[in-house]
Amino acid sequence: MSTGALTRPVSPTRDVLDNGVVVLTHESTATPSVAVNATFYCGSANDPPDLPGVAYLTRRTIDRGTSLRSAADVAETLDDRGVSLRVSASRHTLTISCVCLSEDFGEILSLIADIARRPVFPAEEIEKRRIEAVTSLREDQDDPSKVARDLLLGILYGAAHPYGRTVKGTVESLGSITRRDLVEFHARYMVPSALRVAIVGHVAAGAAVTSAARSFDEWRQPVSPDEPIAPPVLHDLRTVRTAVMPGKSQADICYGFTTIRRVDPRYYAYWMMNNVLGQFGLGGRLADNIRERQGMAYYAYSSFDATVGEGPLIIRAGVDPANVTRTIGAIDDEVRALGADGPTRREFEDTRDSLIGALPRMLETNESIAEFIQYTEQFGLGLDFDRRLPSCLGAVSMDDVREAAREVLDPLRAAVAVAGPRE
Amino acid sequence: MLANGLTVLVQEIHTAPLVSVWCWYRVGSGDEPPGLTGVSHWVEHMNFKGTEQISRDQMKGIVEKLGGMWNGYTWIDQTTYLETASSAAVDTLLFLEAQRMSSSLFEPEECESERTVVISELQGAENDPDQVLDLEVTATALRVHPYGHPTIGWLHDLQSMTRADLYGHYQRHYMPANATLVIVGDVDTDDVLRRVDKYFGSIPAAEVRRYQRPAEPPQIGERRVVLERGGTTAYLELAFPAPAVSESGFVPLLALDAVLSGAKGVSLWSAFRGTPPQRKARLYTALVEDGLAASVSGVLLPTRDPFIYSLSFTAADGVPLEVLEDAALSAIERVAAQGVTEAEAARARRQLRARLVFENDSVTSIAHQLGYFDTVAGPGYLEQLECRIAMVTAEQMGQAARQALGASTRTVGWSTPARRGR
Repeated sequence: MSTGALTRPVSPTRDVLDNGVVVLTHESTATPSVAVNATFYCGSANDPPDLPGVAYLTRRTIDRGTSLRSAADVAETLDDRGVSLRVSASRHTLTISCVCLSEDFGEILSLIADIARRPVFPAEEIEKRRIEAVTSLREDQDDPSKVARDLLLGILYGAAHPYGRTVKGTVESLGSITRRDLVEFHARYMVPSALRVAIVGHVAAGAAVTSAARSFDEWRQPVSPDEPIAPPVLHDLRTVRTAVMPGKSQADICYGFTTIRRVDPRYYAYWMMNNVLGQFGLGGRLADNIRERQGMAYYAYSSFDATVGEGPLIIRAGVDPANVTRTIGAIDDEVRALGADGPTRREFEDTRDSLIGALPRMLETNESIAEFIQYTEQFGLGLDFDRRLPSCLGAVSMDDVREAAREVLDPLRAAVAVAGPRE
Repeated sequence: MLANGLTVLVQEIHTAPLVSVWCWYRVGSGDEPPGLTGVSHWVEHMNFKGTEQISRDQMKGIVEKLGGMWNGYTWIDQTTYLETASSAAVDTLLFLEAQRMSSSLFEPEECESERTVVISELQGAENDPDQVLDLEVTATALRVHPYGHPTIGWLHDLQSMTRADLYGHYQRHYMPANATLVIVGDVDTDDVLRRVDKYFGSIPAAEVRRYQRPAEPPQIGERRVVLERGGTTAYLELAFPAPAVSESGFVPLLALDAVLSGAKGVSLWSAFRGTPPQRKARLYTALVEDGLAASVSGVLLPTRDPFIYSLSFTAADGVPLEVLEDAALSAIERVAAQGVTEAEAARARRQLRARLVFENDSVTSIAHQLGYFDTVAGPGYLEQLECRIAMVTAEQMGQAARQALGASTRTVGWSTPARRGR
């Protein structure tokens, strides 16, 4: 068994400012650069149910001007330093992040703080970004892999659940979001107590915290409301839905189940179960069957996304339209077999060793360390999680993995979505 | 270099207990004769399907159970295989690559099974109108040079190629003298070179028999591709002939691209991650800020022979392509006529300098750059690149614009939802 020994463990410092902003820092001199990752605990799950897309349009507009700088000034500050700012929104997070040269760190952190605290959402910027958002959504509607995924999430969670709606909203909802909706979303959810700032790279931890305190300390806002995620309604029956997309060459299959929350103690067993099913060796048992033995697909794999709520396990394959039925049959076979018998001893050991051994690789770049620290913070995993992870995985038994598979993997309860040309 | 001709590049980096091993072959889709398009990429797939001493099933897990990642890719000048894993695994990685170089099996039934996998990969790309447009524009811009055909190959060739074609291609190109082995990470150079010799030293030397690549004749007039294939979104692509990496015009055009569409750096590997836009870039300001395009991107990559510089635009919802094209071309014609300002040149140099730092953020990325540049430009080029970028002038960038962005050498591609018509 691999020990996953880290000669350079991640030892972040964690400081809480008076207003609740948490600053996480880790110093690394590997490259003369710094990764900054400012994550707010809000996202599309906080969209008004009748107005999906507010978090997404906020993410597209937030860096287009603050009360201190115009949109052009923001762009100038970034471009002059070769910095590309990423703003991303998921169901539960809205993140502003970038990598900059160490020499530019102070200026860039100050800019990110300004964007986070004082966006003005200029009306003309909202209109331009709205058109971009609609264009991006229409591109998704022309992409069978995205159509199949959205269809599947709709089956699994239903439109009433935040996971059943798309992050980007709809053409109609994007058209009716107003500036006031964005301002209110920011004021309500993007507040100091919901912000975690990770700073990783060639800057001394003390100096990084001092800079963060200077940028964020005076900011005062009420604590954001707690909006718990309801568990999804479990399905007893298999559901199959199809979206016909004329003119496409390949059909995309999405096949899945709802699972557990990230904080569930069964998480590690589920993770290993998914790795056996659709990850290990570039696609696990699924790829071995569908790609290697039957030559039907370039990709066949599964992903497991336990998060704040009960996230999905999704199996995906892109195949010739003539092979859709055969591929779904092959997925049924693999799901049924793993659900009934669990992994073999060798699969269990290979998976465990691979997940433990992968840790140093996951913590190689400043950006990836910042993301890892944010992840451990979000789910309360502790500052020493990189050192504890091997024992978390090592404590899982083969029976635990078998039980995880038995709980989830049942073809009779599967949700199946297919998007592509007619078979 | 080993006695059998294998080039070996080692760089010690001890910040993490990791090693990245890449084995590069100087063969890509630019080395394929008519009728065998896609053979290099298919051969890459076959090189994961078992060797004399590693069965197909072992091959998938041999690196992963050690916590490592593995992959490979094929492009126009190169085929490469990589593993990044704990440095304690270096023997396994070298053994794997030596096996791949000398004794892949190409079992007939595996070749057949992989045929449909590769065709599935092709069909998956056909689902994306943006990729289809790029393929058509590239094939229109390059009519003679084999860079013009897609790396994945034309469907008919994939349907008709035989096991003998695949194995023949492997035997012709997979040999020490046609390869560069790159090892970067937590290793001792002398020690790892001894290990390289142990695994690769006994592979016999062989002469490289490269196909002659036909040169692309000069383009004498604008070319145009219009696709009407349904869908929801309109795309525009503009392609211009671009110099090879070794030509003096490459770095000025790279800096000009930073002015036009934002700096991306020079790493195909990092480019897979995507770069958010730089908003002071001229085309972004002219098209996205003005609401005509939802996105703009430019691609200029280092290649052994002259290839293309392409600019791609996603039309904002409801904007006709003729309006978008007019605006894009007038921005391009302006830079060709007036050049760039000293301030823009200085910003482009700063951006590219930062990109070179950002794209060398891991042993995997650093090893990629060493091998990639050795394959397309030969030894020494990468070390000089930062200096060449620091010295590029506004005058040279203006000259690059005049030389590269002419109306008579451009290829214009439209992909438009049929419902809108023209």
